[in-house]
Amino acid sequence: MQVSITVNGTARTDDVPPRLLLAHYLRDTCGLPATNIGCDTTSCGACTVLLDGESVKSCTVLAVQADGRAVTTLEGLAGTADQLEDGMHPVQAAFRAEHGLQCGFCTPGMVMATTALLAENPNPDEQAVRTALEGNICRCTGYHNIVRSVLRAAEALR
Amino acid sequence: MIPAAFDYVRAGSVEEAVSALAEHGDDAKLLAGGHSLLPMMKLRLASPAVLVDVTRIPDAAYVRVEGDAVAIGALTRHCDLMTSDVLAAEAPLLPLVAGFVGDPQIRHRGTLGGSLAHADPAGDLPAAALASDATLVAQGPGGRREIPVADFFAGYFETALAPDEMLVEVRVPRTGAAKVAYEKFTRRSHDWAIVGVATVAGRVALTNVGPAPMRADATEAALASGASIEDAAALAAEGTSPVSDMHGDSAYRQHLTRVLTRRALSAVA
Amino acid sequence: MAEVATQTRGSILGTRVARIEDPAFLTRGATYTDDVVDDRLAGALRATFVRSPIAHARITSIDTSDALAADGVVAVLTAADLAGVPETQAPPMPFLPAPMAQPLLAKDVVRFVGEPVAVVLTDDAYQGEDAAELVAVDYDPLPVVVDVRASLAGEVLLFPEHGSNVAFANGAPSSDDTFAGCEVVVRREIVNQRVAPAPLEVRACAAAWGEDGRLTLWLSNQGAQGAKAALAGALGCEPQQVRVITPDVGGGFGAKVGADTDHVVVAAAARQVGRPVRWIETRSENLLAMTHGRAQVQTVTIGGRRDGTIEAYRLEIVQDAGAYVQFGAVLPMLTSLMAPGVYAIPTVETSFSSVVTNTTPVAAYRGAGRPEATAAIERAVDLFAAEIGLDPVDVRVRNLRPAFTEPLTTQTGATYDTGDYPAALQKVLAAADYPALRREQAARRERGDARQLGIGLSVYVEITGAGAESGPPSENAQVEVHPDGSATVLTGTSPHGQGHATAWAMLASEELGIPIERITVQWGDTDLIPEGGGTMGSRSLQQGGAAVTQAARELVELAKQRAADVLEVDPADLVLDRAGARLTVAGAPGSGVTFAALAESEPLLVRSVFSAPGPTFPFGAHVAVAEVDVETGKAELRRLVALDDAGTVLNPLLAEGQRHGGLAQGAAQALVEEVLYDPDGNPMTTTFADYPIVTMTELPSFELVASETPTTYNPLGAKGLGEAGTIGATPAVQNAVIDAVAHLGVRHIDMPTTSYRVWTAINEASEG
Repeated sequence: MQVSITVNGTARTDDVPPRLLLAHYLRDTCGLPATNIGCDTTSCGACTVLLDGESVKSCTVLAVQADGRAVTTLEGLAGTADQLEDGMHPVQAAFRAEHGLQCGFCTPGMVMATTALLAENPNPDEQAVRTALEGNICRCTGYHNIVRSVLRAAEALR
Repeated sequence: MIPAAFDYVRAGSVEEAVSALAEHGDDAKLLAGGHSLLPMMKLRLASPAVLVDVTRIPDAAYVRVEGDAVAIGALTRHCDLMTSDVLAAEAPLLPLVAGFVGDPQIRHRGTLGGSLAHADPAGDLPAAALASDATLVAQGPGGRREIPVADFFAGYFETALAPDEMLVEVRVPRTGAAKVAYEKFTRRSHDWAIVGVATVAGRVALTNVGPAPMRADATEAALASGASIEDAAALAAEGTSPVSDMHGDSAYRQHLTRVLTRRALSAVA
Repeated sequence: MAEVATQTRGSILGTRVARIEDPAFLTRGATYTDDVVDDRLAGALRATFVRSPIAHARITSIDTSDALAADGVVAVLTAADLAGVPETQAPPMPFLPAPMAQPLLAKDVVRFVGEPVAVVLTDDAYQGEDAAELVAVDYDPLPVVVDVRASLAGEVLLFPEHGSNVAFANGAPSSDDTFAGCEVVVRREIVNQRVAPAPLEVRACAAAWGEDGRLTLWLSNQGAQGAKAALAGALGCEPQQVRVITPDVGGGFGAKVGADTDHVVVAAAARQVGRPVRWIETRSENLLAMTHGRAQVQTVTIGGRRDGTIEAYRLEIVQDAGAYVQFGAVLPMLTSLMAPGVYAIPTVETSFSSVVTNTTPVAAYRGAGRPEATAAIERAVDLFAAEIGLDPVDVRVRNLRPAFTEPLTTQTGATYDTGDYPAALQKVLAAADYPALRREQAARRERGDARQLGIGLSVYVEITGAGAESGPPSENAQVEVHPDGSATVLTGTSPHGQGHATAWAMLASEELGIPIERITVQWGDTDLIPEGGGTMGSRSLQQGGAAVTQAARELVELAKQRAADVLEVDPADLVLDRAGARLTVAGAPGSGVTFAALAESEPLLVRSVFSAPGPTFPFGAHVAVAEVDVETGKAELRRLVALDDAGTVLNPLLAEGQRHGGLAQGAAQALVEEVLYDPDGNPMTTTFADYPIVTMTELPSFELVASETPTTYNPLGAKGLGEAGTIGATPAVQNAVIDAVAHLGVRHIDMPTTSYRVWTAINEASEG
């Protein structure tokens, strides 16, 4: 089936099988490998991208469901920022400053989920951050510095 | 993991969706948010030959006041329930419970109609619909019919929907900004409910204490006859038949049912 | 940036340098094995494994014809088809029973759910999942043994030819004389449950054989060199025929060490079909077939006087090794070594048996043998304190070893380097405000609150950098300065989140003055770096980092020799000008030569091997505060105050990150995580929906207490830190949950302290 999807600001048209997962479409069809797949059950959030600006888990969305919509991945995030810090979106820069990543595998999903959170709630407290990111698993950081990163990003974006 | 191959049909109207269901029978499944169906397909626990995507049907997601009820389009997503001013003012249980479903990403995809039609006994929204005394509107080849929620949940992942029917609307009686509560007991916050208790307007509905969500009839009757919360809640597990699994045995779940019912009722007292 | 500016002012060591690797990770993502784009992998097939759905069965037939006829299928290989590999595999350690080594693919018998039976090679991954379903395997079920006690009894044998399920055992039979003089003796069985390492990046590899007959294997792994040796052995080829490259690695936690049979099969299959093959498992496969951790049933016996003096301690372990012997079979050696922990107990006895069961093989998981030791003794001390009615703090204070600065040998033969356990305990108690917590607890008990407060303690010592089986722990590094003034560091360690690219650059920068941005750290390519111990056992900084410092210092000496010739002075008169990354003549700062200039005529590089006198013994103390809803049994962690002393800290930002991660995994084991099987050996936790990886909402922010007691075993003064948090936090959190319901008569609750378990414990105590 033919789909037209705007990926990181660029419109593209591809012929895809109906069962192609959006995560695989992004990784294999579009050549954007930052979006990682960490589970099979919509549990870990590593594959989180923005679909029309909202966070979704791209392993549980079919590429055909994204037809006619806009997807933003980690690779395209900086392109959406009003202002860059060291060449990064403020959320990305905050994760670096607070050491909010170690192995980096959850990071693309964590950064995109954070971006969506801060669009919906620009002023979260620690508990709100923890609740909003409950669908994103990190095995390295113990989440401590991720929470700090999100709070720092919120401040930077205000 | 990857679903088995299937044909994809994009319905442009409810009529198209219903006729696709009629054509393909048991081989077809409706696809809304897909957050229950697609994981099952990826694990190959489900392998429908045809997926009928209903998310492109125009005007299928809405929340509006219609007379004594709030009418909610079946394609209304959990996140839209949570942020609806109309629901906050007229039927606040649904938005409260929607906030307990999964995580934000799931709530950006999942729909009210999908949750109810899927009828997972551990799902949150079925109990909310039950406690709300909702009326469900289904459309089939012969047109629309209304199903009282009390008749909708037929068993384990089973509903009163015919194979060629689509749930199109949920109508919830207006309660104004009533006090509502949902006590959800989980292992981790976003997990499925081990037990859940929803309450509004003297009604109490239970999540995951049997093959389908159920009302706590004995508790409601006791409350209606003036019993204390403590005494009424002590009856909450009557008629339940919860499973025993790694999260606890049946007796534990019945104990939780009583404790959570007491807390839910206390919260709205 | 402030942290970079520090290096012009003074030492960069000990400063909070943000990671060099992060901008790439954050803007384009890291490059994990499945992301690798390489000409050698052009046209690669995808491997999909067919795995046993039955815990113990004889394979009666395998029919691959339907699968072979499916779209995109190039080959389906079973044990009978796999060519050019040794007839049998060797166990990971030569002293383990040979029959208990896992075959590459199951031959006649499967012994756990998830064991690979066949591999399907297809053009793409989607075809692979379709075709794998079409491989028809007939199984004739055999009796199953899941429980370790049942395995010990030996009614069902996994390897009848071995004659016993015991893979490895040690220690004398227990004698009651040990506790004969004690006023109080407490004995208890404690389960240290099986958990899943579950790195977020699952296992993956990509295999390509060159025309020269050499294998290049991209592998998600914690040590390319060790994996290379394991692969060569398993494939039956010479080590020089194998090149292992580890791209970015999405976490390991001990479970990505060496090579798994799955990896070997992918490599062998690529050779057999003459095409490159890629493989990445699913999360379900990961939970089924990546090694698990812990899995001990312990019996502790602790005895002493009513004044709180502990006189004797015995730890008996039954280790669940899983279906085939891996590192798990020898974990209890480490547990036994560390059994007495921080306490000066006059008599300590240990014994263990490692047994096979029809479950996933067990190997290392963050801490690997030491958390089990700490959990046992810290639980035992609390049981003892409860029995005699003393505060757990008082019992610990009475029995802790005093501070020491010279190595000492313990009752179990470990040689602790340095430590100050009493100070660690007092500092963490002060930080947590222990008396205030006890007052709050008393008030809640008095009021009969539904939410009761529990305070849990642990004081721990662990062993890090234990190194190879023979010889002292060592690691190599090479430092080279290039003519453009940049530098390259090659290391035998293998970061997978720890931040060596930044940390090793800091170490080299400290010695050479070259800014960290101009220092590239490389690892994980066995052609480039043939030797190396990888990153495991909390060894990296104390050995790999020390090697970088040593190599850089030797490079300065080499440069001095060369500079002396250039400048026609005595090398002894040359001094390092860090700001200029150059050597100058003492007293004449205008005259000098840069390292870059010295690298122009011939390469300026040093490879050096650092050897430590022995492993180091970091220590610490944790206080956990839990709230338990006594009506529902739900336990929630409210605070975790942790002192983890791993000697001198190189980069506090990275060190804190390691501690946070360890604390979370420790709390996770105490509170929620457990791999479960039913009595038929069917795994019940095969997805992330069922296996409850701890999430943000179950954890508080952590409260870290700083403490640095240097070791004398390396020039950095550093001990290992990566596993410390896990070791201390697990019993502290468990003890806190139990403490919250202690007033109801509860003495013990096994981990994980789920709501159901806590509620059951309360009920049993009230009935009892």
